[in-house]
Amino acid sequence: MADPAKRDAILARMRQSLSVGADDEVRRKTVKDRIKAHKPNLVPARAQLPHKKQVELFREQAEAVQSTVTSVARDDDVPAAVADYLRSQNLPQTVRHGDDPLINKLPWRKKAPTLELNKGIADPQDEVSLSHATVGVAETGTLVLTSGSDNPTTLNFLPENHIVVIKAGEIRGTYEDAWQHLRKRDGERTLPRTVNMVTGPSRTGDIEQRIELGAHGPRRLHIIIIGG
Amino acid sequence: MNQTPTSRNFKRNTAGALVNEQLQRALSNVPAGFVDKRARARDKLPEFDALRDQARDIKNHTLAHLDLYYEEYEAKVAASGGHVHWCETADEACKAVVEICKSHSARTVTKGKSMVSEEMNLNAALAEAGVEPVETDLGEYIIQLRGETPSHIIAPAVHLNKDQIEADFRATHTGLPPERNLEEGAALVYEARQILREKFIAADIGITGANMLIAETGTSVIVTNEGNGDLTQSLPKVHIVLATIEKMVPTLEDATTILRLLARSGTGQEFSSYTTFSTGPRREGDPDGPDEYHVVILDNGRTKMLGSDFQEMLRCIRCGACLNHCPVYQAVGGHAYGWVYPGPMGAVLTPSLIGVDEAGHLPNASTFCGRCEEVCPMRIPLPRMMRNWREREFERHLSPATVRSGLSLWAFFAKRPRLYRLATGFAARFLHLWCGGDGKLETLRFAGGWTKHRDFPSPEGRTFMAQWKNRNG
Ligand code: SF4
Repeated sequence: MADPAKRDAILARMRQSLSVGADDEVRRKTVKDRIKAHKPNLVPARAQLPHKKQVELFREQAEAVQSTVTSVARDDDVPAAVADYLRSQNLPQTVRHGDDPLINKLPWRKKAPTLELNKGIADPQDEVSLSHATVGVAETGTLVLTSGSDNPTTLNFLPENHIVVIKAGEIRGTYEDAWQHLRKRDGERTLPRTVNMVTGPSRTGDIEQRIELGAHGPRRLHIIIIGG
Repeated sequence: MNQTPTSRNFKRNTAGALVNEQLQRALSNVPAGFVDKRARARDKLPEFDALRDQARDIKNHTLAHLDLYYEEYEAKVAASGGHVHWCETADEACKAVVEICKSHSARTVTKGKSMVSEEMNLNAALAEAGVEPVETDLGEYIIQLRGETPSHIIAPAVHLNKDQIEADFRATHTGLPPERNLEEGAALVYEARQILREKFIAADIGITGANMLIAETGTSVIVTNEGNGDLTQSLPKVHIVLATIEKMVPTLEDATTILRLLARSGTGQEFSSYTTFSTGPRREGDPDGPDEYHVVILDNGRTKMLGSDFQEMLRCIRCGACLNHCPVYQAVGGHAYGWVYPGPMGAVLTPSLIGVDEAGHLPNASTFCGRCEEVCPMRIPLPRMMRNWREREFERHLSPATVRSGLSLWAFFAKRPRLYRLATGFAARFLHLWCGGDGKLETLRFAGGWTKHRDFPSPEGRTFMAQWKNRNG
């Protein structure tokens, strides 16, 4: 297990190389202040737009990295959109999802009676998973998914097809906006066990630098924007 | 133990690489695969160069306060239920990992791509302890099958062609029908996906690297495209992170600035498919994720670089841009460099880590064309540091005669910057000198095969890339 003497030796060597003492209060304050302030650095202009434009940019950027995107007007339209998507891809009408409040309250039985819903973490046999993203980042069409019983992390990676719902209001401009959202939700200096930023389906360029989709994670990433 | 270097043989390695037809064919994918894509990604982001300035400043600030950021970081890892293991040497780091494996009676571990793991030679240590390491990044998987090391820090199998990979898969995946069609890259990717799926599910422990550590939250970050790193760290009971001390950044915002540069510089993507932030083990109520989270922090000589002429090298984020844009790397590939880190970043870092006696040749592997520094997102003055090593080596009289003449040739150009810039064929002339001045590559003597019936002149007058283009039509 961790050896405190080694830790102290390495920290002491850092200080020796930097020619600093362990008791320098000015340095200590500099570090504490920087962490506390967590000031954004230069934020590219690209996504600093009115919200409607951010949603458009999100969609464009997501499609540019081979995500597919549809919009529905209201929450209640999601079940049919999921069923339609599965049919269009010749996929089974079976979906795995977590305990997300939004997903739970959708009128599945009424609007998509053929769809079989399974709750829980991903099973290796699952072909399709459904998640609800915490934030969408317009800058690069990135989904921010956070771990928990509502949206288990394995759903993002194990099945070959991943469907993600997000409300237009959850789409923001930049990654910095996502961090601010999480700090407001969970507090300062803490994150959920896993924060996944997902930008398009899985891919690899390892064979002759040619891009192939579906390396280990989902081959298809389908995003349903509610109210966008 | 550190991976055994062959950097001493750099000259011979280079000569061999230049006449290796498979390698040359594979390396011809680098310009379109990386260089052009980076240029497009940079052009799409007007703030790109301003972000580079900021990223440089973030890292300079972090390195100047590294001890204190580690104190902050460690406290946050502990608060989230994780463990930090401090290791001075590669041996100690291997031991720390093996101990964790033993305490869980682990039989197999899956691994995400990690250059630190290569530096530690961890797979050998695991195998010795009776633990099977399974590389899951496609490129790493391929080279593990072949018993090779990565030839590039972000594209480990860039030295291979599809037909070689197909042959490896046929030889290894013997349970599959021999008549199956593996001609397309997609078929190879799919086959690896199917095979590795079982490994992911069976693994007792998952090991990943870390692109960054964040002091604010005690978080480790991995940046990948395949999703293998995420399956590696979310399915097994234990997640072990390997990181060297320079991976630290202060805040999520600072990490973000660097992330805006990383993929654009490396693969030319705006953002990689998966950027994952991991903080501690699974929380109460979490239905998946690891029960244990360990971070192995390795020094391996880096604290000595702090405060030295080579401190700036610790800003490196391992994007690979300097390799991709280096005429010498493009000509000889990564294995010639003889240790874990090839290309310009390796030429600077390797002597710092394994000593100038072993790696003193590497800083000569430069034409001083300056492209590496031009593209480095962290604005690391790579040519200046290579020069620094060269001068040190020269002073130590370790240089063989050809290196000295290389140095004086370089010095001639260095004193005449206008001429230097004009010398577009400098790489060619450099390698000509490097490979012996008689106009024939000395390896002709033992290259055999395809060079038997033709002269393979060492480059004269034209650049390597021009020769390649000609030769490959
Ligand atoms: S030295 Fe610069 S360009 Fe090379 S890998 Fe490191 S960060 Fe990238």
